[in-house]
Amino acid sequence: MTQLFQRPLQRAVIGTLASVAVLFGLAGSFSAAAETKSREAWKKEYQRPSEVPYPDDNLYTKEKADLGKKLFFDPRLSGADYISCATCHNPSFAWGDGLPTGFGNAMTKLGRRTPTILNTAYGELMMWDGRFESLEEQALGPMAAPAEMNQEMEAIADELRAIPGYRTLFNVAFPGEGLSIDNIAKAIATFERTVISGTAPFDLWIAGEETAISEAAKRGFDLFNGKANCVACHSGWNFTDDSFHDIGIDDDDLGRGEHFKDNVKMQHAFKTPTLRNAVERAPYMHNGTQVTLSDVVAHYNTGGVVRPSLSDEMRPLQLSQQEQDDLVAFMATLSSVDERIAMPLLPPNDQGPAAGLRQTSPAAGPADVAPIDTKCRVARLHLRPCR
Amino acid sequence: MKSIAVSLLLLVAFVGGAVAGQMTITQKGKKFSEKKVELAAGSSIDFVNDDDITHNVYSSSKGHEFDLGAQKPGSTASHVFGASGKVKVRCAIHPKMKMTIVVN
Repeated sequence: MTQLFQRPLQRAVIGTLASVAVLFGLAGSFSAAAETKSREAWKKEYQRPSEVPYPDDNLYTKEKADLGKKLFFDPRLSGADYISCATCHNPSFAWGDGLPTGFGNAMTKLGRRTPTILNTAYGELMMWDGRFESLEEQALGPMAAPAEMNQEMEAIADELRAIPGYRTLFNVAFPGEGLSIDNIAKAIATFERTVISGTAPFDLWIAGEETAISEAAKRGFDLFNGKANCVACHSGWNFTDDSFHDIGIDDDDLGRGEHFKDNVKMQHAFKTPTLRNAVERAPYMHNGTQVTLSDVVAHYNTGGVVRPSLSDEMRPLQLSQQEQDDLVAFMATLSSVDERIAMPLLPPNDQGPAAGLRQTSPAAGPADVAPIDTKCRVARLHLRPCR
Repeated sequence: MKSIAVSLLLLVAFVGGAVAGQMTITQKGKKFSEKKVELAAGSSIDFVNDDDITHNVYSSSKGHEFDLGAQKPGSTASHVFGASGKVKVRCAIHPKMKMTIVVN
């Protein structure tokens, strides 16, 4: 996996097998064309892309990705220095946290389930409600949110600049620019774009290895694209249309409706999540109320809570228990077996010249900032205010 | 006189030497008919929903924010682009639907 992070394009090329879908099943208004489309024709809809897209203003470099990985795993990016991006986006849970909803600063219970960062390189708009335009914006959002990482953004650049190793890494990754809030975001986003799900049994099947998945899973694939109509939203190799739908979960969260108050269909609407590696990312839905994939399918089978905002694609599916089991079997084939994630070594805090531990790389340049107040840092570790 | 009348109908306005006018962009197959267009400040665009699903054209570009709201199939919604700059336009429901409007 580390090698993949270092060479995401190469990895993606290696992974240019085809893929297909399963997981949430949006209920049923499938067209006559969809009903008659053959399995082989559907399989062609799930070909993986050959490249990972990077924005023109933040193209991939290994230096940026490596720096972004360190930042992603560094708890010093949070106000109290104990929460990193990886605290919630844990690679051991396919870059989620395994909780119904996340926990943030001072164990604040958050309102929504932690979304995975898996395959977000291909996404449009970030967060369940799509309030961030890009991964760069998203990287800074939770960092600054009081309930999440609670970082004072005006202080974070100075805090990192006081760490010699980071000065070096930023100067190398961003020549002539160095360390800034924008470049913190760019580095983290670059790393996140390297987090791509690898080849899954489903991909092997799409590529022609007929025995790569079970007969139950193949039936599930047919249901996914047919009777269960999951493909209405979980479309393409990444099993998401990156769009927003109310799937009839019974809670008060308005989702994207908070930002588009006059659009009826945006009330209770949330972004369609990828189904890649879904087995490893329980529980499910934006509020984590569905414990297993079987529960998810059972929800779709009911058609969800009927209300004006409910997606037009939602309706009772009338799936038999066998059909529901087949859908779950299909979704299980979407999990890739990736190399283990290597935890990065993080640049140590400045020990001062007397300790002989200061990193002496010329690329670090002068600290150019006042040293961090140790008392203040300790106070924040104990969740006490400090100014 | 005829040309003057046409110009008025097209909301003619001179801004920086460019003539403001009117343009039509269709939404079909979850795509805008153009990926990028240039127009003069003061020009308007009619966004026509030729799909069989609801769309919602909007922009969150700083200084150019607008939201045309839910747009049912077959309907048209318009917006006047007053200030110069680059405006990223999306569908709020299907954000892969996106285009850039350069206002001169």
